[in-house]
Amino acid sequence: MALNSNPLTDASAPELARGVVDGTAPAAPAPAPRRPFPRWFRETGWRHLVGIVMLVFAAFPLVYVLSASLNPGGTLLTANGLFQSFNLQNYVDLFTDPTRPYGNWFVNTLVIGVATAIGTVVLSALAAYAFSRMRFTGRRFGLLTLLLVQMFPQLLAFVAIFLLMSAIGDIFPFLGLNSQIGLIMVYLGGALGVNTFLMYGFFNTVPASIDEAAKIDGAGHARIFFTIILRLVAPILAVIGLLSFIGTTSDFVIASVVLVDPEKQTLAVGLYQFVSQETARNWGVFAAGAVLAAILPVGLFLWLQRYIVSGLTAGSVK
Amino acid sequence: MTGPTLEDERTGQDAATQRRSRRAAAFAEAASAGWKVWLVKIVLLGVIDALAIYAILVLITQGQWLPPIVVAVVTALVNVVYLKPGLLPAKYLTPGLIFLFVFQIFVVLYSIYIAFTNYGSGHISTKDDAVNALLLQSQARVEDSATYPVKILEKGGEFYLLTAEPGSGDIVVGGADQPLEAVPGANAQGAPGFTTLDFGQIIQNQDAIGALSVPLTSDPNDGFLKTTDGSNAYVFTSTLKWDPKADTMTDTKTGVVYTDTGRGAFTASDGTQLLPGWQVFVGFDNFVKAFTDQSIRGPFFYVLVWTFVFALLSVATTFVLGLFLAIVFNDPRMKSRRFYRVIMILPYAFPGFLSALVWAGMFNQDFGFINQVVFGGAAIPWLQDPWLAKVAILIVNLWLGFPYMFLVCTGAIQSIPDDIQEAGRVDGAGVWQIFRHIKFPLLLVSVAPLLISSFAFNFNNFNLIYMLTNGGPRFADASINVGQTDILISMVYKVAFVGANRDYGLASAFSIIIFILVALISFISFRQTKVLEELN
Repeated sequence: MALNSNPLTDASAPELARGVVDGTAPAAPAPAPRRPFPRWFRETGWRHLVGIVMLVFAAFPLVYVLSASLNPGGTLLTANGLFQSFNLQNYVDLFTDPTRPYGNWFVNTLVIGVATAIGTVVLSALAAYAFSRMRFTGRRFGLLTLLLVQMFPQLLAFVAIFLLMSAIGDIFPFLGLNSQIGLIMVYLGGALGVNTFLMYGFFNTVPASIDEAAKIDGAGHARIFFTIILRLVAPILAVIGLLSFIGTTSDFVIASVVLVDPEKQTLAVGLYQFVSQETARNWGVFAAGAVLAAILPVGLFLWLQRYIVSGLTAGSVK
Repeated sequence: MTGPTLEDERTGQDAATQRRSRRAAAFAEAASAGWKVWLVKIVLLGVIDALAIYAILVLITQGQWLPPIVVAVVTALVNVVYLKPGLLPAKYLTPGLIFLFVFQIFVVLYSIYIAFTNYGSGHISTKDDAVNALLLQSQARVEDSATYPVKILEKGGEFYLLTAEPGSGDIVVGGADQPLEAVPGANAQGAPGFTTLDFGQIIQNQDAIGALSVPLTSDPNDGFLKTTDGSNAYVFTSTLKWDPKADTMTDTKTGVVYTDTGRGAFTASDGTQLLPGWQVFVGFDNFVKAFTDQSIRGPFFYVLVWTFVFALLSVATTFVLGLFLAIVFNDPRMKSRRFYRVIMILPYAFPGFLSALVWAGMFNQDFGFINQVVFGGAAIPWLQDPWLAKVAILIVNLWLGFPYMFLVCTGAIQSIPDDIQEAGRVDGAGVWQIFRHIKFPLLLVSVAPLLISSFAFNFNNFNLIYMLTNGGPRFADASINVGQTDILISMVYKVAFVGANRDYGLASAFSIIIFILVALISFISFRQTKVLEELN
């Protein structure tokens, strides 16, 4: 059984707790003496076999879509020949069809995602500061209410969101249905419920003595908030901003309900509609669109991996 | 322990000092806030107030009364909060709370309201609108009626008909919302303020002009003028006769009388309805329909069960694989673990909706990679067969979800102190026993809340289902658009927004059922994490 040589039962293992999440072992293990092959295989070699199997499973769809995007055949069938031919025609086609405004989708997604991320961070940091640092009547009630609200994901109310937005749009067309500002506002409505708790927990880890020292030195609440607390919790701000960005950019339901015109839509809505019309024929162009759409989230994720993972686990446990 | 009197005295003193220090803090606050802060504040408040006043004016001109009052009250509150000294918590909470109330709390309450109405296609607007629409759509040309020579006029993007009354010869002009009436200064060729369209322009706009129907008088029963060629118009009257007093519609051809039965549409005695109808309150009808209507109940229960099975299996499969990998890769002697880890995280970093679409292509029956290359040209109906589609969904979800569980389990395993295992070993426990009785329970303690939130997430994992199988294959005998792999949330979406027959009321009723289920799951998770006790 696989567990026979579990390293954690090995007392000599110098592995330390924390750093492995991000893959940086704090202390390099002492170079082990070379083991004979059967022993090496029993102890570590089979792990590489598992690793290779998992590498194929994890990476294959990504390799496949990259290959399909570079394959000039452009259909689902030709995409099966991995890396048989190579040119950038699909990427050129992606930007040249006016019925499929990929450039607009990309920019829209970016703008909506960034605006929502910034708004979310600001709104939930303000609220978390109040809950963490101030004692006021209704504080416990407020926290409890947020917990309750958190139970009802905004996603579930999309029918009501659609009807509300169309009612707003009758009176203020720039905020209603088919408006990106309106969509951002809808997303911000979900900001407080989801993120305040996560942030509240982190604000609590900043010792209150820091605030008090600043207060004695004559700093006001705003100065303490902006120049001291926010700096100290910067990593969690980045995490929440990034999680919000990733969540917003991959949202399909609300975006598809609110945005109507093709040139106003986001990547999730536009690409889905495009590829669901004629999957087989449009495959190459879709693959190119998918590769471009994925570069930014994947890059950000790998770059900030350590923070994201700590935020994910800590936040949910809190 | 101090005596009660001493304590009381002390709290009294504390209160006094607190009051004083609070006042001092307020002074310090006012002193430290420079004029720049004030300027920013005043400008921002000014912008908000200006927008609010504009909104209120627009709302009042639209004939609304409740929304402007709400806007006015909220704006007044915002002004008070930011202009009055003190009220610090409110200053920090207000911006978020406003968005929270409108776009989360209000929409949830609004969903509940909609669930009790018949809102949907065919029941969109008010009764007056429905009457007008019915009269308009059942028009027929009046036999042997006079021919009206017309000119097509245009003003502000709207089209109008200009014609001479057959009896008097008076020149009259009318549009879609404006009955025929005399216009001062008009002659047979045009009217001041209007542009007369030439033949080319008429051809260009023939669809809009063909759809134009101009009421003869303000009573819609009198009939409408319509033109097909842009030069002659005829009188059309509705084959339906609207009797406002008796509240009935009568079909003048067949003589059938349709009455308002309170169900949001004019209904004949044999049950046939005239559509469009209008929006009415229907009580628990939508819920009753969901649980009793044969053609809805079957698929609904099927979807309900599959939603739970899907969420449960998703968590189980990803957790088992993630835990296994965490154990396998947790050996410091193993080389290039970091490389493996980065590659294995990629599925998690790749945007979820794209993954589902890519896998949908790979699973394609005729051209997909899995059938064509892996199975050598077989035609396995991965996404068409009810069972294979479920298997495909679980495979894709495993791919999407195992990296998360891998990361979480790695962290949890590494945070288990070594000395506990050491103690177990000294007591003679084997590797398996140590894992089974020491490490696994400890790991479960820290991971359980994440498993529950993962369950809740998958319970509403719309993107995966909708993008991979679109819920299909569809139930043949269902009266709503639902398939074998639909989960509750994708079923709601399809009932509300896909296809010609949209039923917002029924969809909202379903989403309320999801609300209740999600609330139950969250309640259990709160009990688990004891988060409530941490609130201080």
